[in-house]
Amino acid sequence: MPAAPAPGSRLRLTALLAPPLLWLTLAYLGSLAVLLLSAFWATDSFTSDVVHTWNTDNFHELLTTPVYRTIALRTLSIAAAVTVIDALLALPMAFFMARVADRRWRRPLVVAVLTPLWAGYLVKAYAWRVMLGEDGVVAAALAPFGLHGPGYGTTAVVIVLAYLWLPYMILPVYAALERLPERTLEASADLGAGAWRTLRSVVLPAVRPAVLAGSVFTFSLSLGDYLTVQIVGGKTQLLGNVIAAQVTLDLPMAAALSAVPVVLIVCYLAAVRRAGALDSL
Amino acid sequence: MAQTETSSRTRTTTTAAAVRLEAVTKDFGAVRAVDAVDLTVHEGEFFSLLGPSGSGKTTLLRLVAGFERPTGGRIELAGHDVTAMPPNRRDVHTVFQDYALFPHMSVEQNVAYALTVRGVRKAERLARARDALTTVRLDGFASRRPAELSGGQRQRVALARALVDRPAVLLLDEPLGALDLALRQEMQAELKELQRTTGITFLLVTHDQEEALTMSDRLAVVRDGRIEQTGPPVEVYEHPATAFVAGFVGTTNLLRGEAAVRVVGRPGTYSIRPERILLADPAGPADPAGPAAAPAGSPAGGRRTVTGRVTDVVHAGAHTRFTVTLPHGDRLTVHRQNLTGLPESARPGGEIRLSWDERDAFPVPS
Repeated sequence: MPAAPAPGSRLRLTALLAPPLLWLTLAYLGSLAVLLLSAFWATDSFTSDVVHTWNTDNFHELLTTPVYRTIALRTLSIAAAVTVIDALLALPMAFFMARVADRRWRRPLVVAVLTPLWAGYLVKAYAWRVMLGEDGVVAAALAPFGLHGPGYGTTAVVIVLAYLWLPYMILPVYAALERLPERTLEASADLGAGAWRTLRSVVLPAVRPAVLAGSVFTFSLSLGDYLTVQIVGGKTQLLGNVIAAQVTLDLPMAAALSAVPVVLIVCYLAAVRRAGALDSL
Repeated sequence: MAQTETSSRTRTTTTAAAVRLEAVTKDFGAVRAVDAVDLTVHEGEFFSLLGPSGSGKTTLLRLVAGFERPTGGRIELAGHDVTAMPPNRRDVHTVFQDYALFPHMSVEQNVAYALTVRGVRKAERLARARDALTTVRLDGFASRRPAELSGGQRQRVALARALVDRPAVLLLDEPLGALDLALRQEMQAELKELQRTTGITFLLVTHDQEEALTMSDRLAVVRDGRIEQTGPPVEVYEHPATAFVAGFVGTTNLLRGEAAVRVVGRPGTYSIRPERILLADPAGPADPAGPAAAPAGSPAGGRRTVTGRVTDVVHAGAHTRFTVTLPHGDRLTVHRQNLTGLPESARPGGEIRLSWDERDAFPVPS
């Protein structure tokens, strides 16, 4: 760190950028590198101590043990389901906020969508645990129709995760819809298109990058989540739980396991980037 | 020559009204944007709605397109009541002021949109889209995106998109407003030509009186949600029905009350077009660069002569604008073609004689 004020702009720029770059390199990329490195170590099965011997046994075990594959697939499916559900919920909600609601209601509606993000994650998850319980409001509401609540399990995990990440999908879609000029929609109707056709040919293509951008959040946040599963997941196991459980027992195995969501997210980002959604983030 | 042909052609096709408004009113909250307007646009006609901004002319166009529902009254297209019909079921297309092209579609997809919506086969769709692009001289641009085009090119794409399936009526909302002067004049001629060759009824909204005068077969002057006058450009220009029309369509010298008595010699409200006033030296002969003593084909009326002092001279390219102050402080604007033989006193401070045919001071209801 230069102690005296830098005379040149290059020095000033260096001083300005050094701390964040240092933080990014050390705290983020560094820990990621250490994580990946440790995946190639082993664990003493008696003492649970990490043994620094290079090997690929962890990855071998990861790829050959059926239960890991099942869990990885389940995690992936849940993340995909959450993303699809959030997209389906966010589109009409954002459309209402941006296009249907009176202009002066827009800001309060955005605030209403944002407010849950300021509440604690655990509070929300436990609130859902109460609601989804045997005597919870969900079961009570479904009882008159002769239906049972989903109880704790995979369905509950999907519901709660979809609820938790919904604002991350609504906001970009809302922004895209609000930017869409009224004239463009009128032009579509003017040229003979009905509401459905306009939605399909004009509105959806316009919000597609925003949906993809939102899906980066819903997908990656779902892949990495492990608390919701513990709270409402019942016996369901996801990658996050398994990693959390292995951290104390077998750190190298946990590291190898956590490479799975990292790889999945990198693949997903690459796919989304190709679709051009990252430009609008 | 072509212009006189078109105006005579449209006179003959007055059988069906392409657009008919009957006592159409539109309120936005407490504001009345359109006030009991009656309007008939004939088939195959180039009709303009001319008015200042906020006059309600765009609202009128949007009512015809179906983007707005009238508060009262009735709208007919080709004899059918469409008052409650949504825009997508009306046989009219709009060219928007900002073009409103679909940004995620190619030029070709934009142009073919109306056909795509109607389920026209792909091969035919593309062929017709290319035809439309040829009509607006945009061959070779089919695969571009709107963002890659200039303003004038986007304008043409919007035109092609609206003409591709030959609607009964084409609505144009200030289509040339965003273009620079040279391009605007070029597009004026092209629009006129396009209207003539396609035979489609054009309903144009503009605040530019020159645009309305040069392109239209007929025009309506709109003010405060009402139509002040409807007629062919020559008639509206030569015989404005109201003082507002006289002032808005072209420039004019409006004389009312005492000033009318002093300058015109009669009480009432009168309009004298600046180009109808001749300049001459107080003792000399009439200005040879002014119009002939009387317009061709009409019997000469008496001439009115006044003298005044030139207080301002502005050279405006093809003509020069003189402001002449008369003894009682009344001011007259005079336009003179920039020909030779300018009277010697036609300079600031010069004493000058003005004269005009008495019929050129026409009475307007105030």
